[in-house]
Order: sequence, then structure tokens, then C-alpha cells
Amino acid sequence: MKRASTAIVGAAETTDLGVIPHLSNLGLNADAALNALADAGLKPKDIDGLACGYLNPADVGEYLGIYPVWTDNTSVGGCSWMIMVRHAMAAIEAGLCKTVLITHGESGRSQIGGPHYDFALPGTLADQFEYVYGWSGAATMFTLPVARYLHEFGIGEDLLAYPAVVQRQWAARNPRAARKNPITVDDVLNSPMIAWPFRRLMCCLVSDGGGALVVTSAERAKDFPHNPVYILGAGEAYETSLSGVARVRDPLRPEFIRTSAELAFSTAGLACSDIDHLMVYDAFSHCPLYGLEGLGFCAYGEAGDFIREGNTAPGGRLPMNTNGGGLSYAHSGSYGIFLMQEAVRQLRGTAAAQVPDVKTSLCHGWGGFFSACATLILSNETP
Amino acid sequence: MTKRPPTPTPETQPYWDGAKVGELRLQRCADCGDAYSPPRPFCPACHSRDVRWFKASGRATLYSYVINHRPRADWPRQPHSIAIVELAEGPRLVSNIVGIPQTPADLKIDMPLQVVFEKLSDDIYLPVFAPAAPSVTVDNP
Repeated sequence: MKRASTAIVGAAETTDLGVIPHLSNLGLNADAALNALADAGLKPKDIDGLACGYLNPADVGEYLGIYPVWTDNTSVGGCSWMIMVRHAMAAIEAGLCKTVLITHGESGRSQIGGPHYDFALPGTLADQFEYVYGWSGAATMFTLPVARYLHEFGIGEDLLAYPAVVQRQWAARNPRAARKNPITVDDVLNSPMIAWPFRRLMCCLVSDGGGALVVTSAERAKDFPHNPVYILGAGEAYETSLSGVARVRDPLRPEFIRTSAELAFSTAGLACSDIDHLMVYDAFSHCPLYGLEGLGFCAYGEAGDFIREGNTAPGGRLPMNTNGGGLSYAHSGSYGIFLMQEAVRQLRGTAAAQVPDVKTSLCHGWGGFFSACATLILSNETP
Repeated sequence: MTKRPPTPTPETQPYWDGAKVGELRLQRCADCGDAYSPPRPFCPACHSRDVRWFKASGRATLYSYVINHRPRADWPRQPHSIAIVELAEGPRLVSNIVGIPQTPADLKIDMPLQVVFEKLSDDIYLPVFAPAAPSVTVDNP
């Protein structure tokens, strides 16, 4: 995979976010796709590669009037749409297609249209070895190693509150964020217990919405209405089955995060010190901690203090989750597309809470409960 | 109130057959010695098909957990633990910790545990873990 061989030339979210009672999963995919194609100045006939998750790409193609010669249907959880970017890079480099539409739409709150995820169908290993123990959604599974993390690193539960408090500071600057009122550490710790040690304000929103991207070769990228966002590097890595959180090889220092990051950094030829802006998938408030540590921005066990000290807050030296994140902006169940949208906005200079002089943005996302991950390094500078 | 029982497959049936007679059964590779879970008819470490079922000790320690305050519709309406336990034989499993108050003060990381079986149906007995009796915690001194 070559550095900056491809670029994002179209990016948009669904017209509405939050509660969207008039669109199904398929309809939200289409709404996002139409917005991204309009952003890129393209029509359906211009797209020859199509990627979507959980829905059959042939179904989405026919609905959108697109006749692709390449598709990707990676469905490994919320980071799937980030992995699709990496796969699109490879497909474009290999000449399999020229212009890829990656689309995501999810009626996560209203639950309109299908498919609705059932990750533990009877007879699956997830049914027999995880669901049977009372698995009640991601809040009770993605969070399982965290008590150990707190115990081993000697960290208080309050450090799980700071990501929510700091990201709300970013959300307050973003009119499109679902939750904008300021919150304190006490507010977070006193919010209703969901799955100890996780309180409600440590858990992401449940929203309707989606987004889409258009990816093409770097040579063609300057011919589009917006400045290109070059893909400098990308990584993906896998650790366990979707709910195999008990089998993560090292639950405190997960290898797959490091592997994915190393792939992205080595392709980009960059290091942590070169990154201006960071988006780390925050389904729950421990996710940014694990991300900062696995990506190499913090030593293991130190990310909580790094956030508490304000380093990722407005005015901090490493602005992170500047849309407000899944905790305060939106989260439809799969969040990967949303963090890439914010990275593109920051690199175009059009974000609601714009960080000055952003030239590089790193996006890191999860799939399942410590199952899959993806890392993208993006830049607005000509390679 | 009936918890949804799992649906075994041919590859996992011996595990559930063992649980029904009060045995926690694992598989071990006859070639490389790896003990693993969940069951499958080959070794995930070396792909040998020469794997043997054996009765595990049932001893474990509490690796990590959450206390679920919003139980699923098919569960009793009280907060309950969902845990990762580390078996004496090595593999880690998701399980529940029973026979002890479901509070952070009582559920201590690394506490010794012993498997017990909860009847979910005539055919399904679920392996869960209770605090080990003191006599069980003494390893060869």
C-alpha cells in the first residue's frame, strides 16, 4: 500500500441526525450517499465501487442507481467503514475501480427497517458462551476488562468520567451535537448506574443517522470541488470474535490496537508527534483511554491523567473527538463513519469547533468488543 | 422468569453434556498441549485435530467484571455480575459470579472461585462461579 495514493473527495453525513422517524436503514444510507455525491459534484454513473456494511451492496447499489464493478461488505462492527477506506485504497491502487462510494446509515434509535443486528443467534458460540451470561448490550460486554484495568493501574473510577466531561466541552461548540450542556465529573459519577463501573454519561448516545465518503486516486483528487483529504496511511487488525472479550490476549495492552496503528504510521511515514488532531471511537469512556495508549500517544495506564489534565480539551495540545464524540455528538450503533466525517471537516477547515492549522488527523475505530480495529491517517497537504 | 438457554451444536455438545453431570469440560491439544475454549474439533494454536476432552478442575480466579444494573428481560430484576474468569488451566471465560453480594466491595479482583452449575432447562446446566471454599484455595503448599 502506497502513501497518499488515494484521497477523500466527497464527505457528508445524513441531512438530519438524532431522531429520524421518516427513514429506514436503507433510506439513511441513501440520504448520506446523495449528500456525499453532491459534495463531490458526482452523479450515480460516476461511481464504479460501492462499500456498505451489513446491508447487501447489490441492494444498496440498485436502490441508488449505481452499477458497481467492485464492492466491499466488511461487517465487523463500528470500524467497518474505516476498514472499507483501506480496502478502497487497495482496490483503486490495483485498478479494480476508480471512484468508490462508502456509505453508512443506521436507524439505531428508531429501529426502522433492517437489518437489526443480532450478534448472538441461537447456536452461535456467542449465544452459548457469552449471551447466556446476561449480556445486555455493548455496555455489559465492551466494558468487561475495565475493572481489571483500573485495578492493575491503580486508577480511580473518576478517571472514566473525564472523557465525557471534556468531550462535552467540544460538543458545546457544535450546534449539531445532541448534548451541549456542560457537565462535571460529579454529574457523570452521579448519573444512573448502567453496568458498574459505567454510569449513563460514560456511555454513548443512541442515534439515527449515517454518513458517506467518496474515495478516488490522488491524481484525480484535485478535480473535485473541495480540497482533497489525502489518505497517508491505514491499518486494520483483529483480536477476537465479536463478543470474545474474554479471549483478548492482553486485555490491558491489546495487541491489535498497536498492530493497526503501526500499519498506518509505517505507511504514512509519520509518528505520534506528527499528528495535529485525533478522533478515537468512544462508544464508552474507556475507549479513548485504550486508544491513546495503544496508538502510542500515552504510556499504558496514563491516558486517564492525560485527559484529566486537559491535553485533549479545547486549547489542549492534542485535540481529540472535536465533534463531541459518540458520548455527546451522535452514535448510531456503528460510529466509524462519524469520526472520519469530523476529521475531513477539520482538514477542510469547516468544522464547527475548528482547531487552528490542522494538517494531519488520525482516526481510530473499534469493531465489536475488542474484536476489530482500524486506523487512518489523513492530511490536507499535497503528498 | 426463564433465562434463555443456549443452543448447543455438535461441536459443543460434549461441553453441555459435561455441565449436565457437573463437570466443566475443556479440550487440550495432544500435540502442543494448548488448553482452549470455546470447544472446536481442532487446536486453534497448531491446527492439530488430535484434541482430547478432559474434566477441568473448576478452579478459577476473578479477572474482571461489570455489575449489570439493567438486566435483560429474561433475567431477574436485580443487578448481576458479568465476569471474565481465568481458569486454573489457562483459558478465560465469560461467566457470572454467584453466591456473594453483587457489589464492588464483595467482588474482589483475583478472588478464588469454584465452578457451580445453574439449571436453565432439563438439558442445560450453566457453568457459573462461586467464591471458593477455603479448602479449595490451598494449592500444594
